[in-house]
Amino acid sequence: MNDAVSKKNLKLARTLLIAAIAMFGFGYALVPLYDVLCEWKWIERDRPDDIKKVPEVAYKVDMNREVSVEFMTILNESTPMEFHAEKKQLNVHPGQYYTVNFYAENKTDKEIQARAIASFTPAVISRYFEKIECFCFSEQTFKPREAKTLPMRFVINPDIPEQYKTITLSYTFFDNTEKSVKK
Amino acid sequence: MSAVVDEHDHHADDHHDHGPAKGLLRWVITTNHKDIGTLYLLFALAMFFVGGAMAMVIRAELFEPGLQFVDPAFFNSMTTMHALVMVFGAVMPAFVGLANWQIPLMIGAADMALPRMNNMSFWMLVAGVLLLASTLFMEGGAPNGGWTLYPPLVLQPITVGKALPFAIFSVHLLGISSIMGAINIIATIFNMRAPSMKLMDMPLFVWTWLITAFLLIAVMPVFAGAVTMLLTDKFFHTSFFNAAGGGDPVLYEHIFWFFGHPEVYIMILPTFGVASTIIPVFARKPLFGYASMVWATGSIAFLSFIVWAHHMFTVGLPLAGELYFMYATMIIAVPTGVKVFNWTATMWKGAMTFETPMLFSIAFVVLFTMGGFTGLMMSIAPSDFQYHDTYFIVAHFHYTLVPASVFILMAAGYFWLPKWTGNMYNEKIGQLHFWISVVSVNVLFFPQHFLGLAGMPRRIPDYAVQFADWNMISSIGGFIFGISQLLFLYIVIDTIRGGTGEKVSDEVWEDAAKHSLEWTLPTPLPYHTWTTPPSVVPTEHVLDSH
Repeated sequence: MNDAVSKKNLKLARTLLIAAIAMFGFGYALVPLYDVLCEWKWIERDRPDDIKKVPEVAYKVDMNREVSVEFMTILNESTPMEFHAEKKQLNVHPGQYYTVNFYAENKTDKEIQARAIASFTPAVISRYFEKIECFCFSEQTFKPREAKTLPMRFVINPDIPEQYKTITLSYTFFDNTEKSVKK
Repeated sequence: MSAVVDEHDHHADDHHDHGPAKGLLRWVITTNHKDIGTLYLLFALAMFFVGGAMAMVIRAELFEPGLQFVDPAFFNSMTTMHALVMVFGAVMPAFVGLANWQIPLMIGAADMALPRMNNMSFWMLVAGVLLLASTLFMEGGAPNGGWTLYPPLVLQPITVGKALPFAIFSVHLLGISSIMGAINIIATIFNMRAPSMKLMDMPLFVWTWLITAFLLIAVMPVFAGAVTMLLTDKFFHTSFFNAAGGGDPVLYEHIFWFFGHPEVYIMILPTFGVASTIIPVFARKPLFGYASMVWATGSIAFLSFIVWAHHMFTVGLPLAGELYFMYATMIIAVPTGVKVFNWTATMWKGAMTFETPMLFSIAFVVLFTMGGFTGLMMSIAPSDFQYHDTYFIVAHFHYTLVPASVFILMAAGYFWLPKWTGNMYNEKIGQLHFWISVVSVNVLFFPQHFLGLAGMPRRIPDYAVQFADWNMISSIGGFIFGISQLLFLYIVIDTIRGGTGEKVSDEVWEDAAKHSLEWTLPTPLPYHTWTTPPSVVPTEHVLDSH
């Protein structure tokens, strides 16, 4: 192999190496890109976990329809708490406001930070399920052995399509004590 | 030792007429493309049997319902490790081995462009696979969350034990190894070709590897990034995929399949290249539609970047996404169809003979097409909800990998071993190997279509009794297929040690020298070839594009 060719080889290898490193960066760039793309109107992604707080507005209550809302409570495997809903199920009229209380208790002698993440089945419901107040909007601090009643106030938008008769809403409490910035 | 020094000596007119270094150390320090190719191929063959042994454990456990031999966690380790070993330890290295042997021979280059890096990428592969294999002996066992390493499952203590960081570092090593291999292949093809060979004169195997190498450089780093995110999520409290911290596990699937879909073409494009090399020789005709083959390969590679979410139709994609990924995926059938028709047209009215490499290649065309059709079925988003994560997908990708990539690798072995070693393999045993393989591979994988359509999920050690019959048949096929591969091992060893003793001509196969350069070299191949580049290159394989 003569000098000129090996110089060419090294130059090409360097360019390709830079391309590979750039693609490693591109992998990371996909993280913010994903969030940006998911905000696009036409993507209409249903993200039950980042439901925004909405102001209370008066809807026309649809007394002719009833939707069954079921509440599930889940503890992530490492969350040392007790957690349940005061009602397992509620029949609601679209357009009418309801408040449901959840009960959560720290079972340890240490302070814990925990975050509840919501999930809907079917997922599309998250567009019609409006929360005015929810313990899931922020991280919760539990003092040692503290028990709390956590309210969640919601309304189902009367625009909800006819076919949805049962909604399952689940909350999972994750123990964020280690990761929390709020120490 | 002197061989190593001389490769980097800046005297262009240096003589390279010495043979390999003496002793075992030769294999450690070698920078000769043929030696490194041999190392890659033998390593891949060994890993094929390791991964195959894991498959035997899986099929033994699934022989009948209930838990017989292994506990479920170990079963899941086996499915995970079988996939990782076969993809990263067997199929990919085998094609890199073929590239090492064949690309310099086919383009008239004396060696790979960066011989020392070539040595390093092989040994890094060995290190990566050993690191991965070491997890089998760790507390908690090898990773068992599936080869796709999906969070949150793979991050949960019960599914990782102590193995996850080792598996991730192993993926890093394997990734670096493949990227170095890819850089080397691109540099070799661009800079080391015989001066008289234009890009559109290159044999199709070289073309497919050129495109594959670009795919590797584009996606292996993305995979490395994704597993690094898993690592920091697990140990450094980041929340890329952790819902509690504002992350999203679905994001991992997007990043993984952005790598994963091109990855499956990294395993199939060189397969196409080898098939396009073997079929014309035994049909005694130039390859039909050379230029369209090149363009089809390029189109498939391009499309591979924009169809990834068809692996995740059921995660809750928006409707627009389902439709887009469905139609984009279907388009891939067009360039792939071009290839299948071209192979068929190459055989049309050819003076065909059916030696073992040709038999494996024809079986590849037929069975790969079946794997392609089931792929097309699953590209239809609404029906994919039925097939998703069932044995139907298992049957699909095994059809595109085993009777496609693996068969073609075997065909390549039968095709080139006589040239490399100067010894002829035993044709009778080769044909026996082919017929047992082609029957048993269908007994093994075809019933899995039925199981999948009936609803049997993948990655389960036990199943409902209605799936019992087809599972038993599939397992029987599996055992026969597994054992019959020992015939291939026997043939490889026998051929290296002298084979039938028949004298092999330089061309080996009738008129092969019209198709590609390597057949114009002496048989067995000298240790150094093309120290002066060939002045005329055969262009029969590209006839109809000129």
